[in-house]
Amino acid sequence: MADAEKIMEIEVLRYRPEQEQEPVLQTYKVPFTDDTSVLQGLQYIKDYLDGTLSFRWSCRMAICGSCGMMIDGKPKLSCKTFLRDYYPGKLRVEALAHFPVERDLMVTIKDYVKRLEGIKPYLIPKQARTLDEGEYLQTPQQRDRYMQFSACINCMLCYAACPQYGVNPKFIGSGHMALLHRYNADSRDGGSDERMGPVNEEDGVWGCTAIGYCSVVCPKQVDPAHAINMYKAKSSLNYFTRFVAPKDADK
Amino acid sequence: MKRSNEPIFWSLFGAGGMLAALIGPALVFITGIAVPFALMNPDTMSYTHMLAFSQHWAGKCFAFAVIALFMWHAAHRIAILLHDFGVHAVALVKFGCYGFAFLCTVIAGYALLTLGG
Amino acid sequence: MSSQRPYVRSMDGWWTRNAYYMRYMAREVTAVFVAAYAVVLLVGVVRLSQGEAAFNGWLQALKSPLSLVFHLVLLATFVYHTWSWFNIMPITMPVMFVGGKRVQPRTITATGLVAAVIACAAVFFFVRGTQP
Repeated sequence: MADAEKIMEIEVLRYRPEQEQEPVLQTYKVPFTDDTSVLQGLQYIKDYLDGTLSFRWSCRMAICGSCGMMIDGKPKLSCKTFLRDYYPGKLRVEALAHFPVERDLMVTIKDYVKRLEGIKPYLIPKQARTLDEGEYLQTPQQRDRYMQFSACINCMLCYAACPQYGVNPKFIGSGHMALLHRYNADSRDGGSDERMGPVNEEDGVWGCTAIGYCSVVCPKQVDPAHAINMYKAKSSLNYFTRFVAPKDADK
Repeated sequence: MKRSNEPIFWSLFGAGGMLAALIGPALVFITGIAVPFALMNPDTMSYTHMLAFSQHWAGKCFAFAVIALFMWHAAHRIAILLHDFGVHAVALVKFGCYGFAFLCTVIAGYALLTLGG
Repeated sequence: MSSQRPYVRSMDGWWTRNAYYMRYMAREVTAVFVAAYAVVLLVGVVRLSQGEAAFNGWLQALKSPLSLVFHLVLLATFVYHTWSWFNIMPITMPVMFVGGKRVQPRTITATGLVAAVIACAAVFFFVRGTQP
C-alpha cells in the first residue's frame, strides 16, 4: 500500500567541534512514505530523535539553494531527493564535499560568498540610461543567450562536484563562471572587460580541467561546465591579442 | 594575482588534440599496422619513399606538426594528470612535461631540417 | 556565528570516489598513448636522418609482434580519444544560434565525429594513392 510505513536507516556524519576532534557517523531509524524527502527525514530526526542535529534548509522546493549535501556520496538537494529511492538499505548523509565542515551538515560558505561579490554579479549598463528612455527591449533570442545561466540558485552542488575546487579552494569554480557569463551575455550589460580580471588568473578558468561533473549535478540545468569552458577560448584569444588591440587589455 | 600563461599551453593542447582526433586513428593504422603487416604496399614506408616525403616541404611540415603537436597535447594533459594523482611539485611537473615536449620538438625540427630537400 | 574549528576533509584518492571521475581519468590517460605514438614517429624521423640502415632497423622493429600489439592498443586509445574529444568539445564553444534555434551539443559532436571519419579516410586514400 502506498501509505504503509517503512523505516529508513539514515547514517549522518556528525561534527560538533566542542565535543569531537573529527566527524563521527550516527545512525537514525526514520519512518517514511512515498513522498518523504531526505530533508523531511532530517527534520524528523531533529523533531523526534535528536534535537542536536544541525542542517540548513528553507524553501523545501529546490529554489533557495540552502539544503545541498552529500547523499550516498553524491551532491544533491535534500529537499529534492526522496527516501523511497534508497530503500531498502542505508542512506549516508554528509556535509557538502570540498567545503570545511562547520557543524554536522553545515559547511563554511564565507569564501564562496566573497568570491561571488568579486565577479560583479549585476548589470553594468553599456551607457547610463534615464528613466524617460524607457525599459530595455530584448528579443527572445537575446534572452536565450543568458537565460539558462540565470537559473543558478547558488546551491554550491557544482563546487561539491568539482575535485579541482576541492584541491584548491581559491579556484573560481564553474558556478561563479555561470553567473559571470549570465551578465556578460546579457544584451543590456557592458561590463565584460571589467569582469575578465579574475577569469584570466591561474585560479580563474585555468583551474578547470573539463571534468564536467558540475553540470551533471546541477539541479537547475544551468550547465556551468559549458560556462567556464567557454571562457578558456575567450581568455586565450584575449591573451594573444591584448597588445594588438589595447582596448581589450585586462584591467 | 597575476594573469596566467596557461593560454599558451592550452592552445597547443587544443591544436594537438584536434589533430590527433581528426587523423590520429588513420596514422596509427597506416604506420603501425597496415604498412608493416602488408595490408598496404610495404614500400609506402620504404627508406626512399619516406626520404622523398620528408625532403618535400609539405612532408616536413606535416611530420613536424604531427610529432610536435601530439607531444604538446600529451605534455599538457599528463601534467594535469600528475596533479590530479596528487603530485604536489607543480612547477617541477610542468617543467618536466613541457620541457620534454620542447626537447622532442627541437629534435624533430633538427632531424627534418638535416634531411635536406 | 563564528566557526569554532572547521573540519577540512581529505582529497586523497578523490578520483576513485565515483565512476564519473574514473571515466575522466581514463580520458586523460589517453595522453600517455598519444605521447608514445609521437615518440615512435620521432624515433622514425631521427632514424631516417641517420641513413638507410638505421631507418630499416626502425621499420623492422615495427614488424615485431610486440609492435603489433602495441599499435593495436594505440589504435584503440586513439579512437577513444577521438570519441571523447568531440564529446567534450561542445562545452568549450560559445552559445550559438542557427536560424533562431540553439545549436545542440550533440550536433557539434556529430559534426566532429563525421569530420574525423572523413579526415581519416582522406589520409588513408591519399597514402594509398601515392604508393610507389
